[in-house]
Amino acid sequence: MTITGRQTAGGMAPASAPTTGRHLPGAGTEGATAVEHARTGMLRDAKPRGRTRIGADVVCEALLRQGVEVFFGYPGGVVLPLYDVLGDYPELRHVLVRHEQGAAHAADGYARATGRVGVCLGTSGPGATNLVTGIGTAMLDSIPMVAITGNVAAALLGKDAFQEIDITGITLPMTKHNYLVRDANDLPHVFAEAFHIARTGRPGPVHIDITKDALQQETQAPHPDDEAVLAAIPGFRPNFDGHSRQLRLAARLVDEAARPVILAGHGILLAQAWDQLRAFAEKTQIPVAHTLLGVGAMDETHPLSYGYMGMHGWKHVNRAIQSSDLLIALGMRFDDRVTGKVSTYATGARIVHVDIDPAEIGKNVSVDVPIVGDVGRVLAALTPLVAERRPEDRASYFAELAAWRVESESRSWHGSGAWRDGLLSADYVIEQIGAATDHDATLVSDVGQNQMWMARYAGYRRPNSHLSSGGLGTMGYALPAAMGAALGRPDKETWAICGDGGFQMTLQELATLVQDHIPVRIAILDNNKLGMIRQWQELIYAGNYHSSHLLGPDFLKLADAYGIPAFRATTPDEVPAAIAAARAVDGPALVHFRIADEQNVFPMMPAGKGLSDLIEEWGGADE
Amino acid sequence: MTDPTTRRPPAAPPPAVPGPAAAAQAAPAVRDEPGTGAGHRHVLVAVVNNRPGVLNRVASLMRARNFNIDSLAVGRTERPDVSRMTITLHGDDVAVEQAAKQLYRLIDVLKVQDVTTEPRIEHELALVKVRATNSTRAEVLKIIELYKGRVVDVAADSVIVEATGTEDEIDALVSLVGGFGIREMVRTGTTVMVRGPQVVEYEGVTR
Repeated sequence: MTITGRQTAGGMAPASAPTTGRHLPGAGTEGATAVEHARTGMLRDAKPRGRTRIGADVVCEALLRQGVEVFFGYPGGVVLPLYDVLGDYPELRHVLVRHEQGAAHAADGYARATGRVGVCLGTSGPGATNLVTGIGTAMLDSIPMVAITGNVAAALLGKDAFQEIDITGITLPMTKHNYLVRDANDLPHVFAEAFHIARTGRPGPVHIDITKDALQQETQAPHPDDEAVLAAIPGFRPNFDGHSRQLRLAARLVDEAARPVILAGHGILLAQAWDQLRAFAEKTQIPVAHTLLGVGAMDETHPLSYGYMGMHGWKHVNRAIQSSDLLIALGMRFDDRVTGKVSTYATGARIVHVDIDPAEIGKNVSVDVPIVGDVGRVLAALTPLVAERRPEDRASYFAELAAWRVESESRSWHGSGAWRDGLLSADYVIEQIGAATDHDATLVSDVGQNQMWMARYAGYRRPNSHLSSGGLGTMGYALPAAMGAALGRPDKETWAICGDGGFQMTLQELATLVQDHIPVRIAILDNNKLGMIRQWQELIYAGNYHSSHLLGPDFLKLADAYGIPAFRATTPDEVPAAIAAARAVDGPALVHFRIADEQNVFPMMPAGKGLSDLIEEWGGADE
Repeated sequence: MTDPTTRRPPAAPPPAVPGPAAAAQAAPAVRDEPGTGAGHRHVLVAVVNNRPGVLNRVASLMRARNFNIDSLAVGRTERPDVSRMTITLHGDDVAVEQAAKQLYRLIDVLKVQDVTTEPRIEHELALVKVRATNSTRAEVLKIIELYKGRVVDVAADSVIVEATGTEDEIDALVSLVGGFGIREMVRTGTTVMVRGPQVVEYEGVTR
C-alpha cells in the first residue's frame, strides 16, 4: 500500500521487475533470462479464471483468429478490461510502447515488412489522438492496419467525460472505415469486417472504437464465417480482374511503343506482384522506374531496373519518363512528388494506368487506358497478350538510357565518402549500410534528406526491404516502424535510418527496444540541422535560414542511458567499423554518423516545377 | 567503391535496330489536368446503408475532397436498412466522376449513379412563410394558386406556402412572392427518380 492507496494488482509481478543494470544483457546470460522473466512473468502467472466471456475476450479471440501474433499498445482507464484478460491469451504478444504514436508506426512497420495486418491499441482521449498520426501515415500509404481504441462507457458518450474525445469523428477521413462499438455482441462481426476491409483491395487502416462497457459486457456472440462477413458489407466489392477489352487496348499500346517506361509503385508490393512485374518487363523488355514506395518492387541489379523517379529521383529516370511515348503505371498514383507540374509531365506519352482503386484513375493525370484491378492479376493476364521483345530490339533506346544513367549517377554520388572539405557524405553512409547488410536488411527511413538518400543509395534487392512514410511524410516514423518490422521479420536485420530531427521526435521508443529486446540498429545521420528544411531555405528561400538549425543531445550518452550500445563515425574511414560494431551487438544498437552540415540532396525538382526543371547543383559546388 | 558507374550495371547492352526517339512527337505538348474543364450541374444518386454516421461520412468526404455540393437530400427508401441521397453539385464531367468514385470508396455506400443525362423527375419541397396582410393576402394567394403551391398555415400577417417542383419552379415562385416579403424559407434540396421502368439498382445487405 502506498500513500495514494494504489496497490499492485494481485498476483502480478511488480512494475519494477528485476533488471540487471543499464546495459542490455547478451542473450543466454543470466541478465537476459531475468529480463525475459520480467517480461513474461505476468503472462506465466496469469491463470484462466473461472469467468464468463466478455467483450475483451472477443477482442483477443478475434485477433488470434486473424493470425495476429504481436500487437502494440498502451493501457489506460477504459481499455483496462482488455488488459485484464490479456494474460489469459499468452499466444498474443503485446508490446508496451512508450507513446501511442509509436504503437501505430510499429503496427505500420510490421505490416509493411510482412504484408500482414498490423494492430495497435490505445486508450480513449489522448491515447486515441496520439494514434492519429500513425493512422494517417498508414492511410496515405495504403497500409493494412487495425487500430483499436477504448472509449468511455456508452452512457457517457457525448458528455465530455474524462478522456472522452470523438475519435471516430477524428479518424473518419483518414481511415478506410471505422466503427464505434457499444455492444459486445457486435464485436465479432466488426473485427472480422475490419480485418477483411483492411487487407482486401487497396489496403488501409480500419479503426475500431469500443466503449468500456462493451469490453466488460458478457456475450456469447459467435465469430462470423467469411460468407457472413462478405454479406454484411455489400458496399465493399473491389474489382480484382482487369477488363479484357482494356487489357487488349493496353497490349496494343505496349506493342506499338518505342520508348515505353514502366512506373512501378507501392501497389506491386501490396499485391505481392513482383514476380509478375519482372516477367512482364522481361518479356516486353521495358525498363522499370519506381516510385519512393515502389523501391524494392524490382531487384535494382536487374538489367531492366532503371531507378527511382520524382522530385529527388535520378535525373536519368526523370529524363526517360519525360521522353517516353508510353508510361505503364502499375499500382502508383501520380503523386505530385512524382509528376511535378502535371501540364509538363511526360507530354509525349500515352498512359496505361493499372490500379485497384478506381478513384486513383484520372485523379491526378488523364490516362489513355485505365485498368481497374489487382496489379498482379492484371499483369498475369496482360503478359500473354503482348509481343515478346529481345534487348536487341530496343538497342538504340537502351543505349541512350544507359548513357543517361552513367552521366546522372556519376554526378550525384560521393564514392570517396567525403563531401566538401572531407566531411562525411550521407550517401556514402547509406551505401555502406546497404553493402554491409548484403542489401538484404529491412531499412526503415525517416522523412527528409535521410529518406531521399536511403531511397537512392542503399541498393535494394528484395521486396519490402525499404520502408518509408511516403504519402504523409511523417517525421519520427523510422524508429517505431523499425520496431514493428524487426518483430515481423526477425529473420532479417533491421535498420532505422533517421536524421537527428526525426529521431528526436520518437526516441522514447528506445526503452521499448530494450525492454522487449528488439534488435533494431539505429543510424542517426546527424547534420545538426533539419536538413531538408535547410536545403529548401538555401535553394528556394534565398538562404534565409530560420528554425532549421537543431541542437541535439550527445547521442552516445543518450543511448548509454537506455543501455543501448552506441558507436560513432565522423569521417569516411570510420564508417565501416561503426556499422560492423553495431551489427555485432545482440539487441538494439545505435550509430551516430556526424555527417556534413550542409550537404544537399540533388537533383531536386522544386515544388510547382516540372520533371525537366531539376536543380542539379548549387553555386557551382559539387553536391 | 569509388566508381559510380560500377554501382549498378547499366541497362541492357545495345546492338542494332533503331529505337525511334522521335516517335514521341505525336502526342500533345501539354498534358491536360483532370477536372479543370467547364463545369455544369450534375445530379448524383447515392444509395447508402441506413446507419448512424453515414451522412457525416458523405459530407466529410465531399468537403475534404473539395467538391462543392449545391444540395444534398437524404431519406429512407422502400428498404429499412437502406437510405438514398440525392446530391447536386457543379463540376466538369471528370471531377464529378471523381466525386462518385470517391463516394464508392466508402464502405457504407452501395451505389452511386450520375443521372444527369437520364430523363428524370427532379423535385424538391419548399416551405415559405410569406408576409400577407389584409391588403395583400388575396394577391399572394392568387400567385400561390397559379404556381400550384398550397397554403398550409395562415396567421394574422403571414401565410406558409408549401410548394413542390423543380428547383427552377420553386425559384420562380419564391421570386414572385418575394415582393411581399419572405419571413422565412426552408427547402429540402432536390430529390430525383429516373423516369420509366429503370431503377437505380444495388446490392444490399443480405440478412
